[in-house]
Amino acid sequence: MESIAIEGTTKTPEVKLNPENGVIEIKGRSIPENSIEFYRPIIEWLDEYAKKPNKKTTVNVQLEYFNTSSSKCILDIFKKLESLKKARNEVVINWYYEEDDEDMLESGEDYESIIRVPFKMIEIVD
Amino acid sequence: MHFDIDQYYSRLNSGEVILAYKGSISSELITNVLEVIDAKLEDLVIKKSIKKKLYNVLVESLQNLYHHIDDLPETSNGKFDVHFGIFVITKEGDRYKVSTGNFIKNDKIRSLQERLDRVKAMSKDELKNLYKQILNNQDFTKKGGVGLGLIDMAKRTDGQLDYKFSEYNQEYSFFNLDIYV
Repeated sequence: MESIAIEGTTKTPEVKLNPENGVIEIKGRSIPENSIEFYRPIIEWLDEYAKKPNKKTTVNVQLEYFNTSSSKCILDIFKKLESLKKARNEVVINWYYEEDDEDMLESGEDYESIIRVPFKMIEIVD
Repeated sequence: MHFDIDQYYSRLNSGEVILAYKGSISSELITNVLEVIDAKLEDLVIKKSIKKKLYNVLVESLQNLYHHIDDLPETSNGKFDVHFGIFVITKEGDRYKVSTGNFIKNDKIRSLQERLDRVKAMSKDELKNLYKQILNNQDFTKKGGVGLGLIDMAKRTDGQLDYKFSEYNQEYSFFNLDIYV
């Protein structure tokens, strides 16, 4: 299975999906007008990955901004991870937020309460 | 008597204006505006958390415009660009005001007005719950949205928004939304 590396732009995040070590990273801004197109290959990769996952999957989400269009796609990613965990794989989700960014912390908590996989909330201090 | 959009725009364009735009709302324009605003926000001496709130509200309001503008029929659209919208950010005292304006078909006003009034009246917890419920249950609309923009903005600004519908002609009105950060 191939790894995926997508460079970040002003409207889309940097994405790294590595099947070797099971590390998934999403970093930067996710504010495209239409996010389905951007996230489709990521969702498809996760479907494929779920067939033969690493024993441990680590997910690092470090978003500066995301819009409501992306929020749905991000939830879709978390739902894939929830299924992975239900299938008895170890899944660690690290949700990074900048110091004082209460909104971003709250967004992480919202996702956590929907998918019922514990998040590790990590504050980034300047 | 048509609602006077130029007059409305110049009224918005008073006081401490940070950015003002009137014209076609495209994906490229949104990218450009966000880049300009990014640089401008860097210069403003405000808390980072407020900058982020403002930026988030800008993104949602611009993209709401992008997804929901109704175009006037060509016959009466001589003086307006395709996908015409207005977008102004001003500073009022210690608050920032993000104003948007766009045409809307009169038959859509009622349901939008109901949504706006409902969202305005909700507490922060109610908005949070509604947001989560829609996020978890709604599919993408034809326009690629999820119907969360308004709720998201209200959630971030504690419901500080005002709106107005001004009749333009028998079929269309001009919708103005002000959000305070």
